[in-house]
Amino acid sequence: MFDFSTMLGSSRFDNPILTASGCAGSGKELAQFFPLSALGGIVTKSIMLKPRSGRATPRMAETPSGMLNSIGLQGPGIDLFLENDIPWLQSQGARIVISIAGETVEDYAVLARRIRGVTGVAALEVNISCPNVENRGQVFACHPDTARAAIEAVRRNVGGDFPIIAKLSPDVTDISMIATEVVSAGADGLALINTVLGMVIDTNTMRPKLAGKTGGLSGPAIRPIAVRAIYQVRQALPHVSILGMGGVSSGQDALQLILAGASAVSIGTATFGNPLAAITIKSELESLLVTKGFNSTAEAVGYAHRAE
Amino acid sequence: MHKINNLATVIDAEVTSNRKAGAYHHIAFSVGTMAAHVRPGNFVALSVGGPGASTVLRRAFAIYRATHLGGNQGQIELVIAPHGQGSSWVAARQVGEKVSMIGPLGTSFGIPSEPARTLLVGGGYGSAPLFGLSEVLKSRGCRVDMVLGASTAMKIYAPLEGKRTVNSLTVTTEDGSAGSQGRVSDVIPALIDENKIEVIYSCGPMGMLEAITDIAKEKGVVHQCAVEESMACGIGVCMTCVLPVRGEDGVIRMLRSCIDGPVMDGEAVQWQAKRIIPADTWGAH
Repeated sequence: MFDFSTMLGSSRFDNPILTASGCAGSGKELAQFFPLSALGGIVTKSIMLKPRSGRATPRMAETPSGMLNSIGLQGPGIDLFLENDIPWLQSQGARIVISIAGETVEDYAVLARRIRGVTGVAALEVNISCPNVENRGQVFACHPDTARAAIEAVRRNVGGDFPIIAKLSPDVTDISMIATEVVSAGADGLALINTVLGMVIDTNTMRPKLAGKTGGLSGPAIRPIAVRAIYQVRQALPHVSILGMGGVSSGQDALQLILAGASAVSIGTATFGNPLAAITIKSELESLLVTKGFNSTAEAVGYAHRAE
Repeated sequence: MHKINNLATVIDAEVTSNRKAGAYHHIAFSVGTMAAHVRPGNFVALSVGGPGASTVLRRAFAIYRATHLGGNQGQIELVIAPHGQGSSWVAARQVGEKVSMIGPLGTSFGIPSEPARTLLVGGGYGSAPLFGLSEVLKSRGCRVDMVLGASTAMKIYAPLEGKRTVNSLTVTTEDGSAGSQGRVSDVIPALIDENKIEVIYSCGPMGMLEAITDIAKEKGVVHQCAVEESMACGIGVCMTCVLPVRGEDGVIRMLRSCIDGPVMDGEAVQWQAKRIIPADTWGAH
């Protein structure tokens, strides 16, 4: 009997396909197309301490096999989020991964304390790599010291009830080094990768197309970067769980990330093109794993690293 | 609360006809029961480019007309302006080909509970959803006057069957090749006065909707407009199609044009905010 379930740190998921942060709305928008409980988990949009308008429009530019976005973490803030969104997701039987983002180290500490008491949280994703905060020079995940400080702040403020997953940026010279730093600071797992910083210039106006000028590149265009980053980090830290994401649009794509070392895979931009993408990818992945002779998802994780 | 269109489904819609109409393509799709749920103002989101295409995002199109043909049969018609990669691909579909369609999506035009005197204003292919609206308004005993504007005559979309549903039709073109030379905003004030208009419905470019809002405000007329913001998903998950809108509580919020729109109260939309977030927006930072 094939075992499709997977583990991220100490948390078990029925299957390894989750939504990606910021790509599932509040959950309600996708729930009209399929039951949220059919996925391994729902990763919420990164929530901040206070309500946030996000950036001005245009926020989006389609690019070859991808898109550039500059949403700027629009959201209701932690109070309304815990009051409205979480109880609703719980009522749907969804396995919930809460994603948080802060502007300061103290923000992360406060957010972590607020989530500590929430029941039924499968994992906490700590987004230290959003490319759309105002001053991208301050992205926590781009420097080992700031990455460590943010994760330590979370670690100090949550118990061991759920794993902490640090979401990293591919826009660094050595992602394994950042990964090693956040794991030593207390992260139980890693989410790889956030979007890649990019820009589109409108040749009519001859200015950056996005109001925020730069944006995060996602979609199939960045998949090889995700596979590479996951492979490198798996090699450096073979015992740390990885939640992989980056342009996954099919079961084959998801399998690539798993073979590189991801224990679970999040679906993001593919959902924009097809609300049922995650469901389709899940069934394609399951039959692929079975066809290839794996007895479980766990057997396939990191299989690309085996000796020749 | 959000107005998610819970009747939306994802289907493979077969093209049943595709013909040129001036600068546009009029395309009909066989959509089964989806047609029965469509209200004027709703839109559909289409996949473009075929399997493995480099265009990964959906394209939103206002529904020109939806016809429930009885049983499980129905048809949705769209008017496509082939100006970009996605719309050109849709315009090139042949009869018998299938296109992934999600619909119906978004809000619809509010229909007055009592017969009212209405003015429908369309810019370019923005006229498309107004003919279905016109039919509904007429069936409720409303007076319907219509203004259609475009840069040139080729870009006026006004099919014969649509013209029959209105009390009067005024055409404006910027080059004067059809109707009166100028913009729709040049003729609207007089039409409001002459026909004692109570409600304006509009659809077209954002600049036009902004101009109509100013006129409607000055004349004290209700203005419902279908906005056009570029969307990535059409179903409310991507947060790219937002615009600042003042709510009934006086607070400006960044609302999604795919879920809280496309039909919005013109006066509530903060048109002046271009590439900026108004300072008093909820959560401005």
